[in-house]
Order: sequence, then structure tokens, then C-alpha cells
Amino acid sequence: MNKHTSSQAGAMAVVRRGMAKRYRAERRFKAMGILAIGASLLFLALLFASIVGNGYSAFQQTYIQLEVFLDPEAFADTSLAAADYPGMIKQALRRMFPDVSGRGDLRQLYAVVSSGAGFDLHQRVLQGPQLVGQTLQVWVPADDDVDMLVKGHFRGDGAQSEGRLSELQRGWIDRLKTENRIEKRFNRTFFTAGDSREPELAGIRGAVAGSFFTLVVTLVLSFPIGVAAALYLEEFAPQNRWTDLIEVNINNLAAVPSIVFGLLGLAVFLNFFGLPRSAPLVGGLVLTLMTLPTIIIASRAALTSVPPSIREAALGIGASKMQMVLHHVLPLALPGMLTGTIIGMARALGETAPLLMIGMVAFIVDVPGRLTDPSTVLPVQIYLWADSPERAFVERTSAAIMILLAFLIVMNAAAVYLRKKFEKRW
Amino acid sequence: MVRKMVVGLFSLALVAAFTPQAVAQAARDYISIVGSSTVYPFATVVAEQFGKTTPFKTPKIESTGSGGGFKLFGAGVGVEHPDITNASRAIKRSEKEMCQKNGVTEIIEVKIGYDGIVLANSKKAALMNVTRKDIFLALAKNVPDPANPGQLIANPYKTWKDVNPDLPAVAIEVLGPPPTSGTRDAFAELAMEGGAKSFDFIKAMEKADSRQYTAVCHTVREDGAYVEAGENDNLIVQKLDANPNALGVFGFSFLDQNADKIQGSVIEGVPPTFEAIADGRYPVSRPLFFYVKKAHMGQIPGMAEYLKEFTSEKAWGTEGYLSEKGLIPMPEAERQKYREAVENLTPMPMD
Repeated sequence: MNKHTSSQAGAMAVVRRGMAKRYRAERRFKAMGILAIGASLLFLALLFASIVGNGYSAFQQTYIQLEVFLDPEAFADTSLAAADYPGMIKQALRRMFPDVSGRGDLRQLYAVVSSGAGFDLHQRVLQGPQLVGQTLQVWVPADDDVDMLVKGHFRGDGAQSEGRLSELQRGWIDRLKTENRIEKRFNRTFFTAGDSREPELAGIRGAVAGSFFTLVVTLVLSFPIGVAAALYLEEFAPQNRWTDLIEVNINNLAAVPSIVFGLLGLAVFLNFFGLPRSAPLVGGLVLTLMTLPTIIIASRAALTSVPPSIREAALGIGASKMQMVLHHVLPLALPGMLTGTIIGMARALGETAPLLMIGMVAFIVDVPGRLTDPSTVLPVQIYLWADSPERAFVERTSAAIMILLAFLIVMNAAAVYLRKKFEKRW
Repeated sequence: MVRKMVVGLFSLALVAAFTPQAVAQAARDYISIVGSSTVYPFATVVAEQFGKTTPFKTPKIESTGSGGGFKLFGAGVGVEHPDITNASRAIKRSEKEMCQKNGVTEIIEVKIGYDGIVLANSKKAALMNVTRKDIFLALAKNVPDPANPGQLIANPYKTWKDVNPDLPAVAIEVLGPPPTSGTRDAFAELAMEGGAKSFDFIKAMEKADSRQYTAVCHTVREDGAYVEAGENDNLIVQKLDANPNALGVFGFSFLDQNADKIQGSVIEGVPPTFEAIADGRYPVSRPLFFYVKKAHMGQIPGMAEYLKEFTSEKAWGTEGYLSEKGLIPMPEAERQKYREAVENLTPMPMD
């Protein structure tokens, strides 16, 4: 008895002696975890800060107010569509700055407004033909260099360091400012236009539409195929060497670099089946190949998490195997499958490498309306803008990244929400 | 409910998978263009203008690089192959042979203008004033041994002052494109080879052993003085802004667009200005081209009109909108020559 207590006391002494050390170790471990999270949050904050800091100004665009006279003579012997609208814009500029003369100076004056200004006017006149003969106050987009100057992206002072604008042009802009004829407005063009080589006319609508079509094809193909494959492998397939081989291959495919799928798409869909280049249809097919393994693996995991008792109960009351799977197992596994699918889709949305091989890295102005129209996707648009020499594309690149991130956040949040809402735990 | 959904998705998948077969081979109603990333910023401007001012659709332009463009272009005749390829160099003999083998026998060659390659640094640093010989000595892997004429040694130079006593004592650090880039090829050929030729024994090598000659002239040092900064010229501009000691190699249009941040080094007394490149005084400039498949003229709507737009004075003229984007126009006579080639659809000789 005595011996027992003394050995107990001895053990307690050992425990006590180590206690402080163990507490210290635990605190260190926790601190390291917090440090790790802190570091990753810091990097995330840096990333967001740099993107938002660069890109927020792209949601505004500088406009210049012009007084345009729609001279009936200019419409006399031509249709409304073919009239010389850029000429009218130039005339309005000349009237505003009557003291400017000489070919070179006039060219500089015309360069203050966007080359797409005439197009805006064109649209307005087509909508209201009764405007002909009147004098209109129109706000037209400023040229990208003017836009950059107004937003303060050109640095320094003095003629040398102000980039591409001349002393003369800056004088005109100052005058427009004092007359309140220049202002920053919400950049609607950025959301309604396709790509353009003029930053002030460029928008992401074409890329968003392309991404949408591509993802629709990917979803429509990869979800049913992925779920069917997972169901068969998990519920029906016998366990033998063949199914093992298939499983190894699926896991392998999930880790294959995406460019490989692009090469496969080029060889099979374009060269063998003769599908059109640059089409969202082919992009969707290629991304289907890429997302399938992800979906199959997630779906199988969701199926294994359904407890066997549910299967046994269903079979026990006389359900066929198919009824058991479709009525009981699949509905329970569906939230997990959807989560996997959304994560796969989010990855497909951010992919550029496989699309390079099938011609979706291209300059496309027209917004695609069909699965076979040439189109590009959001990340490719970001890549193309990042490569453009015009300074105003720097902020537009960041703005497009913000849009892409917003889509990704929405998709991933939906995945988390679905999991929280429908997932059952046993 | 679930069953209906699954069946519905399956049938949708089947429809989606099998309808394309019907539309795939239908006629194409837009022009398909591939090729050089250097010509891309110019071709896209023309394409956009063309799309806005004509009833035709805007051409689709892929940036595949000159070599990749020729590969796609020369793969055959028919709507699934591109109509036009852009190139930052002339077509090679091997590429002509490939075209002929695949039935692309008539090609119209159009030179569109020039592009200058600049060596630039941040405006925070002093303007550099170099020669092509300095560039060669600073960047080549093997350079002539100053102590032992006629011999090549591994490049020993660490600073620009070592290369040429007139230059500042700043470590050699040049950011430039990787070997896959057409800009790098042109830089090696025009700037480095131009500098290497100033050594008689290297020049003599050209006749005796042309392969060794090219290797000596074009091989860039790999000890960290030349940094491959990727194909993205904007990135190089940003890095130069952050590091005033570095120099960067890229196309003239990037210098033009970032004139508030960077300055182009003077090469052999000539600054890289629009005028100096246009009249040929600036030594590091190259011609840009596009190639048209004659068999597609009349097959694809808008081909003739696109060519007309590209070769019009308002596009490639001295005051055209392409010059605004940084393309250096050709002299009047040359423009006339290529405009006629386009109007008469004169194919280039194929051998």
C-alpha cells in the first residue's frame, strides 16, 4: 500500500517536472500555427491590395463634353449609317478650340478624344434620326492617354516626364477642366463591350460570355459523366485488377498538367474531328477532360461517406440495387458531389494553358453568341491585356482580375454553403 | 425527381456532344489570322477598324509567334486553316517547302513596316550611350581575349566600365526576352552580330565556319548578367522602373508608351526615335510582314477589303493610325510596291 502511494507520488513528480515543458511546447505549437495563418493572410492582403490598388480606377473613365452640330448637309447625300461621324467630332473640337491651326496641332487636338467617339454619336443618331440638324451636348470617351493623365497615372512634372501628351495637349485639358467639360464617370463600356485595342473602348463582355459558354459545356458534360463513373465504380463495379487500374489512372489524370489536355484537344477535337478553332465548344470539351477526374474523385468520396446501413436498409425492404442507389444513396451524396463539381468548375474558370493550344488565346472583338463562335475566356483576356503596351491596359488588367476573383469567390462560397447546408454527418 | 434530373443531364450531354459534327465544317464567315506577337498589336488595330467600318465580321487574331504561325498557315488550304499569318521575320526556306508540300502554293508577301528594338533603362539613371560592339562585349558568352588577339575567352566583364571606359561603372544587368522570342532573335542578329563583326577574326569566321560564327555571335552569356525576363515586355518595363541599374531589351512601342518612366539608350550616336528608325539610321530595327493565302481570296468574305484597309495610307502611312501604335512606316516607294502586290495579288517566288 505504502509502496503503491510512493510510486504514485513518484509518477506525479515526473509529470509535474515535465509539465512546464509540455505547456511551453504547446504554446509554441499554437504560436506557430497562428504565425502560419498570419503569414498567409498577409500575402493574401498584399495580393488584394496590389490588385485593387491598381485596378479600382479602371471602373471609371474620363469623358469629355463636346458640342456637336449634326449638320444636315453631312447627311444630305448619304444614309444615316454611312455619314462621317468622326468628321463631325473633329469639327466640334475645332469649333471649341478655334485658335488651333496647322496639321500637326490639329492632329494632336483630335487625339484628345477617343477614336471611338464617332461611333457613340453614330449610335445616338441611329436611335433618334430627328436629331439631325440640332446641336447636341455629348459626352464622348477621352483618349486613353488623357484618361491616364486625369487619373494621375503619368508621373513627374515638366514636359519631359509627362509621357505621351504634349505641352499643348495638357493646356487644352486644363482648359476643359476649368470649363467643367471633362469628368470621370462610371465605365460602362468595360462591362458592355468586347475586346478592343483602344483601352477606353475595351471591355470584358466578350470574355465573360466566352467563359460562360465554355463552362456550360464543361458542366453539362463533366457532371453527368463524372457522377455516372463514380456511381458505377463505387456501387456496381466488382473489385478486381481492372477497377484498380482504372482507379490509379483516374488519380493520375487529376495530377496531369493542364497543358497536356490542351495538346490532346488539339490532336483529337481539332485535327481528327475537325471542330472549329477558338470555339467555346472545344474549350469546354478540353476542360471537361481536365475536370472529370476531380469530379469523379470527389463524387466517390461523397458516396463512400454514405453509411452502409442505409444501403442495407433499402435492400432489406426490397429495393432493387438501382432503386437503392438512385433513391437513397445518390440524394445523400449529391451535396458532396456538387461541392466537388463547383471546385472543379472554379479551376476550369481560371485555366488558360490548355486553351492556348486550341486557339482561344486570340483577339476577338465580337461578343460570342453561339458555342461555335470564336471566343476567348476571362483569364486569357487578362493575359492578353497584361501583354499590351498601352499604359491604360495596366489598370484594366487588374480590374479584369478583380472580376475573375469575384466569380471565383462566389463559386467557392456556394460550394461551402451547399456543404454546410445539406451535408449530413453520421 | 433526381432520376429526371440525371436523365435530363444525360440527354443534354448527348445533344451537346453530337450537334457540333454538323456545324463543324460549315463555311467560316470571318478572317482567321495567326502569327507573331510583335505584329499582333498592329494587326489587331487594323482588324478592329475593319470590323467597325465594314459590314464584315471582325477578324480573329491569334498570337502564336512567327514560327507557330507559319506552321498553322502552311498546314493546308481550306476553311479550317488560317488565311493570313503575321511574322516578325521573312518566311524561311523550310517553311516555304512545308507550305508547298501541303498545297499552299501561292502566297502573297506583304511587308508592313519596321519595328525598332531598344535597350532602355529607368529615367532615374543616366542615359546610356553605347555601340553595338559594347553590347556584344557585354552580353556574349565568349568574347575576344583583350590580351591575346584572335582568341575567344569566357566573358570576363562585370561592369559597363570594363567593356568601355566611357561607360559608367555599373554592373552589367540586362533584362530581355527568352530564346523563344522573335525579339531575342532579332536582337542577337542585329545588335550582337553587328557588334561581333567589328572584330576581323570573327568576321572571317562567317565564310570559314558559318555555324561557329552564328554560335559566337548569337550566344548570350549565362552567368546572370543577362536575365531572361519572360515574353511580357510590360513586366520588363516595371522591373526597370524598380531597378535603375538594369537595362531592358524590348520593342519600340513599349518605349513609346512608357516614355515617362524609361529612356532608350543611344546606339552608335542615334537615339531610338520614330524618325531615326524610319529613315534607317537607328541600327537595331527589323521589318515586319504578313503572308496571305491566295487560295482563300474570294472564299472567305472580306479578305480583299481587309488587305485594302491594312495597305491604306490611313493605316500604314506616315501619319496613319498604326504609327500611333508604334509601327515605323516604310518609305513611300516601298509602300507603293507592296500595295500593288496586294492589288494584283502577286504571289512571291516559292523557291
